[in-house]
Amino acid sequence: MTDIFEPEIVAFCCHYCAYTAADMAGSKRISYPPNVKIIRVPCTGKVDAIHIMKALEKGADGVYVAGCLEGDCHFKTGNLRAAQRVRRVKALLEEIGFDSRRVEMILMSAGMGERFAQTAREFTEKIRELGPNPIRSAIQEQARRAAG
Amino acid sequence: MITAVRKPMEEIIACVSPYDRILLVGCNECVSVCSAGGRKEVALLSSALQMHFLKQGKTIEIREMTLERQCDPEYVEELVNYMDGADAVLSMACGCGVQTIAARFREKPVFPAVNTTFMGASERQGVWSERCQGCGDCVLGITGGICPIARCSKRLLNGPCGGSTKGKCEIDANVDCAWQLIWDRLKALGLEKRIEDVIEAKDWRTSRDGGPRKIVREDLAS
Ligand code: SF4
Ligand code: SF4
Repeated sequence: MTDIFEPEIVAFCCHYCAYTAADMAGSKRISYPPNVKIIRVPCTGKVDAIHIMKALEKGADGVYVAGCLEGDCHFKTGNLRAAQRVRRVKALLEEIGFDSRRVEMILMSAGMGERFAQTAREFTEKIRELGPNPIRSAIQEQARRAAG
Repeated sequence: MITAVRKPMEEIIACVSPYDRILLVGCNECVSVCSAGGRKEVALLSSALQMHFLKQGKTIEIREMTLERQCDPEYVEELVNYMDGADAVLSMACGCGVQTIAARFREKPVFPAVNTTFMGASERQGVWSERCQGCGDCVLGITGGICPIARCSKRLLNGPCGGSTKGKCEIDANVDCAWQLIWDRLKALGLEKRIEDVIEAKDWRTSRDGGPRKIVREDLAS
């Protein structure tokens, strides 16, 4: 039996834009892949580097942070700070030889239900191509060995 | 504060690779403020190391601890109960913290995870600059509050040199000329005349030229 790879994706979504956009996608009945697990945050500026790292360390195949368009942040510059943190995490991942394309920063506004769905689809497809998070595979392998 | 930057992951990984149980110790003081080795950085480094080793099919145990002050034996003592469970210590404090651990736990290998860089001040969020070299005989009182030792590339006591151009130092157009800054500040204080006073040669024995330094306060020393 061959396992079909279904990526698990964590999306940190700002309450004022991406999360509302996800809602909008729902009410417009625009479907997006169930692979994307949304975590609502009050502002993407609240997303710390460690949150992204922990998601990957626990086996998420991809992580994206979705914040407001430039200049639209409810808290002025939270989205810019988030973008800087995402860059920092990507650099750290590169340093340990981990494909940094598994982490992205994405901008959208609350009204962009279609963009939310499209982003979710595109990111899922990209991660599907990259394959499973090597750490998830390592964790599973260890669990298999532990179970004998 | 004492500033530091994390070492490249490759170097850190090479240090801890031979060990299975790592005690990763941060410090709540200077290195927390300059975002190099506080609780947050400890968590990030721990996560990155875990990910690196998991990817290699190896599980390592990392215990994260952040002490109030790693350069103080009193706080370093808090590690005593965790040492038996560790094969090596990885410290994110400045060199003083690393050495305090090394002195207390002589049988345990200790590795620095940061490069201690300079004594500096925060210019703005995320930017720190060198401000003092601990010369042991401070001249700020006569130089308008700007340190010629730490901030003039040639440590001139009677500047500027001929390389000062449009307020910038000849080593780099992005570096302020310390003596221009001193002049500007003296002018603002109405003390321009002072620039003509010759500052006499400094006695560097109070600095590193006198060998490792020590402060003993008889009233406090036990
Ligand atoms: S003169 Fe010496 S003690 Fe004073 S700030 Fe400069 S290096 Fe530090
Ligand atoms: S240009 Fe100014 S800061 Fe640079 S070495 Fe000369 S006096 Fe010092």
